[in-house]
Amino acid sequence: MWLNTTWFVLYVVIIAGYVILDGFDLGVGMLSPFLARNDTEKRILLNSIGPVWDGNEVWLVLGGGALFAAFPLVYASLFSGFYTAMMLVLFVLILRTVAIEFRSKREGARWRSMWDWIFFASSFGITLLLGVALGNVIQGVPLDQAGNMDVDLQGLLNPYALAVGATAVAMLSLHGAMFLTQKVEGELLDRITNLIPKLMAVFFALMTVLMVWTLLLEEAITTNYEDRLWIGIFPLFGLLAVLAGWRFVLKKQYLSGFVASACMIALLLATVAAGMYPVLIPSSTNPAYDLTVTNAASASETLTVMLVIAVIGMPFVLMYTAGVYFFFRGKVRLDEESY
Amino acid sequence: MTTEMLHRIQFGLTISFHFIFPPMSLGVGLVLIIFGVKSVQTKDPKWRQLSMFWVRIYGLIFSIGIATGIVQEFEFGTNWADYSRFVGNIFGSLLAAEGIFAFMLEGGFLGLMLFGGSKLGSKMWLFATTMVVAGATLSATWIVMANSWMQTPQGYEIKDVGYGDQAFMTSFREVVFTPSFGPRILHVIAACWIVGTSLVISVAAYYLLKKRHVELAKTMIRVALPIFTVLAVLQVVLFGANQAIEVTNQQPEKLAAMEGLYKSTTCAPMYIIGWTDPDNETTTGISIPCLLSFLSYQDPQAEVTGLEAFPKDEWANASLVFQVYHLMIDLGMLFIAIGGLACILWIWKRKLWDQRWMLWILVSSIVLTQIATLSGWWTAEFGRQPWVVWQVLKTAGAESPNVTFSQVVFSIGMFVVLYAIVFTMFISLLNRTIQQGPPEPEEEGASESLPDSFGEIFRHRSRVSSGGD
Repeated sequence: MWLNTTWFVLYVVIIAGYVILDGFDLGVGMLSPFLARNDTEKRILLNSIGPVWDGNEVWLVLGGGALFAAFPLVYASLFSGFYTAMMLVLFVLILRTVAIEFRSKREGARWRSMWDWIFFASSFGITLLLGVALGNVIQGVPLDQAGNMDVDLQGLLNPYALAVGATAVAMLSLHGAMFLTQKVEGELLDRITNLIPKLMAVFFALMTVLMVWTLLLEEAITTNYEDRLWIGIFPLFGLLAVLAGWRFVLKKQYLSGFVASACMIALLLATVAAGMYPVLIPSSTNPAYDLTVTNAASASETLTVMLVIAVIGMPFVLMYTAGVYFFFRGKVRLDEESY
Repeated sequence: MTTEMLHRIQFGLTISFHFIFPPMSLGVGLVLIIFGVKSVQTKDPKWRQLSMFWVRIYGLIFSIGIATGIVQEFEFGTNWADYSRFVGNIFGSLLAAEGIFAFMLEGGFLGLMLFGGSKLGSKMWLFATTMVVAGATLSATWIVMANSWMQTPQGYEIKDVGYGDQAFMTSFREVVFTPSFGPRILHVIAACWIVGTSLVISVAAYYLLKKRHVELAKTMIRVALPIFTVLAVLQVVLFGANQAIEVTNQQPEKLAAMEGLYKSTTCAPMYIIGWTDPDNETTTGISIPCLLSFLSYQDPQAEVTGLEAFPKDEWANASLVFQVYHLMIDLGMLFIAIGGLACILWIWKRKLWDQRWMLWILVSSIVLTQIATLSGWWTAEFGRQPWVVWQVLKTAGAESPNVTFSQVVFSIGMFVVLYAIVFTMFISLLNRTIQQGPPEPEEEGASESLPDSFGEIFRHRSRVSSGGD
């Protein structure tokens, strides 16, 4: 059982890693049409994530692989159940990669503006779709006894899930803006710092609505928080991170603001995860069909091997991730190799 | 048509498209490492020039490889949910290990490799490049491991713990080192290097034909052609032959389908070209007597088991497997001829550089090597049918039970359109990069002020940032 719980925690860590790292890439994509006024500025925004976005997206691949290995029944049920939505996610993921890679390879204004639009739309699409998926997972999905479900796209786009999606869009836009403060300068930076308080206000408003909505609607989560009072530290620290972020922005300490925003993302995800544990995917058909950390997990042999692999591999991953960020720190300079 | 068949079409289409890219990046990666080593050793600016040119092409190939690769990782869950439930304990862990050990290495260092050329000295750039290529090679290794487990599964037991039959791991070592893994990984890596070097040769031959960047093009051929030729020979006589023996021992019905052999035969022939009709159980064509027996058992009189020894509902589609297999074999032979002839013209008569017909053949080699690797992969995968996990789980029934016919039609349509667009643009940008040609050489010593060790990177960068730059 401790193995299953460990993997649950590790899984939340991987998701948080993905949302924090690729989150600012997506945020930059969503903000780019509203910030950049000319081609150079667009390229600066694109190149702020240029050397790191590939590595960040690998966390999504890792998330897929780890889910397959640790909780194969969740991987199978969720991915097949959300079939059309998953296909759309893949569609926009490919488009986004292609947009980043191809945009600056030609001079033409139409070519570039087409890819700029796709870069924006795909970043927005990924964020919204993944947020909507999370919203549906929190609410529960119509799993049958064999773990199959049949949800069409309209079913996925329900009000609660859309609210989670909208909050994700606001959260990652804010996160992306915080990241950009470290990467750009001059007028572009002024535009970003003017935008940040507005993004914060929108995000706080949406977040508050979502919190209340969740507490009113999701009895299982409310009950879990009543039963295990200690997990209250996650929302509590999450709130502290939000307040700290606000304060840093007022004092114009944007690097600290970015760190606060990263902590906030991790703590919000932890708040949801702790409220759902031990359930991974609640079944809206019958609670007996819930996929949990015990019934949906691989056997202990696999989980042990995987844990050894993670313990060996993760320090390396963190080491060279940190190394690459260190090397490319500082403001963006466009050169021969830039996008 | 059944929904299962649609799932197979989608998976086959997307993985075949994906498989165009990783072999090129593995092989070009190898060449980039050689350029990097030469640059460190000789300080001749042409090596950096070549590196910076090929790294652009590498980045283009790599990005499409990543984007289409994510699709593959998700499709097990979306399209093959019951397969995923059955094998998650085993197959899933190999994919996750690939993620941690291989993708993270590639993804981490890719930025340094692609964007570090003008910011790093030759040694540090070589280090970053080597890390990326090592990551890509590890990635291929884990994927071949996972696929080899599907071909020759071991180290598992099947139990039903409430969600139908599932394969549970009993030994990670046995899962990782299945009998087919060793021969297959050698065969695959050699094939990837052949594809990558043929791309380099192909571009260089094009420059020679157009009389552009002539000296650099000659250097590219001097590096890539020997590797291509040696590997082409080794691929047939060693790695390929070794793989055939493995298939003979582990999957005799696959071997029989590959050669269109119905009755168990001593002195079994091997076809060069031909046609097999599984309904009438006949195979016709040009063949070499006893060669199959010799290759399978190193004894021309040995008996090779025919398809009739196995239940007919467990036969692969022999007419298809026969064709793709022989396409690969014949192309493999052709590569020895192409490489050998080019080497003879180069070394013996020093005439390669202006033999236009030979250069045109070399230009086309990238297309041929791509077809060869694809048909080899198709042989392995079509030859495994009707099993998805060899003699353990049938492909029919392993698909997602809740996904409907029209949903898969929709997603196939989406992939066809998207991949057609992506491929067109890839080709046009590849062509553009090739037409632009290598960058101007750097001035002597221009790269010497760049940081070229971990310590220098730290000091250099912190000076830049504290100085306001």
